[in-house]
Amino acid sequence: MLNPLFYYENVVLALRQIWANKLRSILTALGIIVGVASTTAVIAALTGLKTKVLAEFETFGAARLYVWPSRPEGVPRNLFPWEKIRLKAPEAFALRDQCTSLKGLTPISETSLSVQSEAETLEGVSVSGIWPAWHATENRQVIMGRPFSQLDIDNARQVCLVNDLAVRDLQLPADPVGTHLIIGGRRFLIVGVVETITERMTGFNTISAELFIPHPLMEKFMDRDFFMRFVALANSPAEADDARAEITRVLRKVRGLTPGDPDTFRVQAIDQFIDQFKSIASGITAVAGGIVGISLLVGGIGIMNIMLVSVSERTREIGLRKAVGATPTAILLQFLLEAVTLCLVGGLVGVLIGQGFAFAVSQIPGAKLENASVPAWAVALAFVFSAGVGVVFGMFPAIKASRLDPIEALRHE
Amino acid sequence: MTQQPIIEVRGVTKVYQVGVEIVHALRGVDLTVHAGEMVAIMGSSGSGKSTLMNTLGCLDRPTAGTYHLSGREVSGLDAAELSQIRNEQIGFVFQSFELLPRLTALENVELPLLYARGKGWGWARERRKLAEEALQRVGLGQRMDHRPNQLSGGQKQRVAIARALIAKPRILMADEPTGNLDTVTTEEILKLFEQIHQDGQTVLMVTHENDVAAHCQRVVRLRDGLVLSDLPAEQDPAVGPLVPAIRSAA
Repeated sequence: MLNPLFYYENVVLALRQIWANKLRSILTALGIIVGVASTTAVIAALTGLKTKVLAEFETFGAARLYVWPSRPEGVPRNLFPWEKIRLKAPEAFALRDQCTSLKGLTPISETSLSVQSEAETLEGVSVSGIWPAWHATENRQVIMGRPFSQLDIDNARQVCLVNDLAVRDLQLPADPVGTHLIIGGRRFLIVGVVETITERMTGFNTISAELFIPHPLMEKFMDRDFFMRFVALANSPAEADDARAEITRVLRKVRGLTPGDPDTFRVQAIDQFIDQFKSIASGITAVAGGIVGISLLVGGIGIMNIMLVSVSERTREIGLRKAVGATPTAILLQFLLEAVTLCLVGGLVGVLIGQGFAFAVSQIPGAKLENASVPAWAVALAFVFSAGVGVVFGMFPAIKASRLDPIEALRHE
Repeated sequence: MTQQPIIEVRGVTKVYQVGVEIVHALRGVDLTVHAGEMVAIMGSSGSGKSTLMNTLGCLDRPTAGTYHLSGREVSGLDAAELSQIRNEQIGFVFQSFELLPRLTALENVELPLLYARGKGWGWARERRKLAEEALQRVGLGQRMDHRPNQLSGGQKQRVAIARALIAKPRILMADEPTGNLDTVTTEEILKLFEQIHQDGQTVLMVTHENDVAAHCQRVVRLRDGLVLSDLPAEQDPAVGPLVPAIRSAA
């Protein structure tokens, strides 16, 4: 008796039942609809964000490496004084000259200085010391004038780059190349203007005036033990791991570390940031999963409630069906399939609304979610969970129906 | 008759509990029904006729005694096995029709075949054809797509009879089939039962009305859970052919 036709017909019967009680069915399935819709929307937004971020990492960031001074963990501080672990300019030279897997490397040091133009004096302007490779590692080109050259570094020329916000804040001429600035009491010639980057998810967003000077000149403004980090660019994203190993090897050699010594610095490639991002994303997915779990539980209780009502309303029908030959199993399956069908219809409506949300989110300008879409696995999961809720919460009413005594049921008013 | 009886009941009792009260609905009933008979089961309310009907219809199991249906002992079967027997061997007609309101007449008639065993995809079409034939047989060929609320009482009962007959049962069981109908319609329905009986169908009918029982060949009277009398209709004191004459004279 349990042939495919029987299942098919019961699903059709359930759909007719749902259609006959449209409003009640929608209200019953609301918990599932809301749960599925909100989760698919969150997953869609997250998927969009992920695509966007990963694309950004890949277009310009995947080949980047960062080097920081780092005190090894679990060792006495006095064995590793700052002087021993801080990065130094000669180490930058050594890495640049010895690492064949690197396309470029720049030290970066930052400070705040008083800056004076002909029209304006500003305190606390961000000043960074860099090498020419900075243009490549940070992907920031000049929009006027020229970029830094190796000669600027080697000769410690008193030249500087400004960003366009500095041009505005210091009330410099529209083309400031060739004019001078007094930075920390020293006179610098502006040789170029770099773009201000406001839309970037990695690195440091610049939303204020910035000045860049040749790195050797930073010593004039800083303490003897001033902080610097290195940013390097591997030849290709594929070589990022090799480059990390090479930097570690060369830097250990330069620092005279023996094989038993811990690293006194840290080298990080962008893929580690990607991993971090991915773990955050999966954290959010897990939270969304928790929300869907709760709403499905609530939805399931609603389903159970309405199925109990349905069994009670249709007691005579159950009695008649049994009288004409329905076995307890057939009755059980009829009501179970009705609950599952109701849940699946709820799931379908939820997925459709979720798709609508995903589309709406992708249309928000500037939200970077234009890639938002519901992945196929989320749709599949929504249906599997909905069906599961139907089975779990429909089981009790269905068992109740299947156990009704046909004589009693036919006498029921 | 040397032929094996369809129904053979020996010493059937039924005891059930209503609250704290224990009710002896049947106290040892013996009954034999052969193929092709049309039997009325009569008795006042509380005589046990409904309980006997439920037991004979395999809706209920006797407390004690034996029940052979088509030669098979059925009193010890479980719910699923009894379902199968009802599905294949018994057709029910109820006083209040018991049609499912959301289904059309045709779909109501098809219902028992939904639970037929071992059928494939082609069964759906086959089933529909059988239902159409059954509706034509009871004279409702023109009303197949009507829902119960679009049908009169007599028409509803015709649909119910078509439903009871569709699986070609060994026995047609009718429980007060005309109890909700006016006299004209009652006559029509009883004529239909007679016609079905003449086609060879075994019919068992529970009724408390002598006029209804008069359409049967045999009358079994119950009182207090026991068979009081079991006579051919013409010999039954209240049903026999002389009765209408006596009545009209009175």
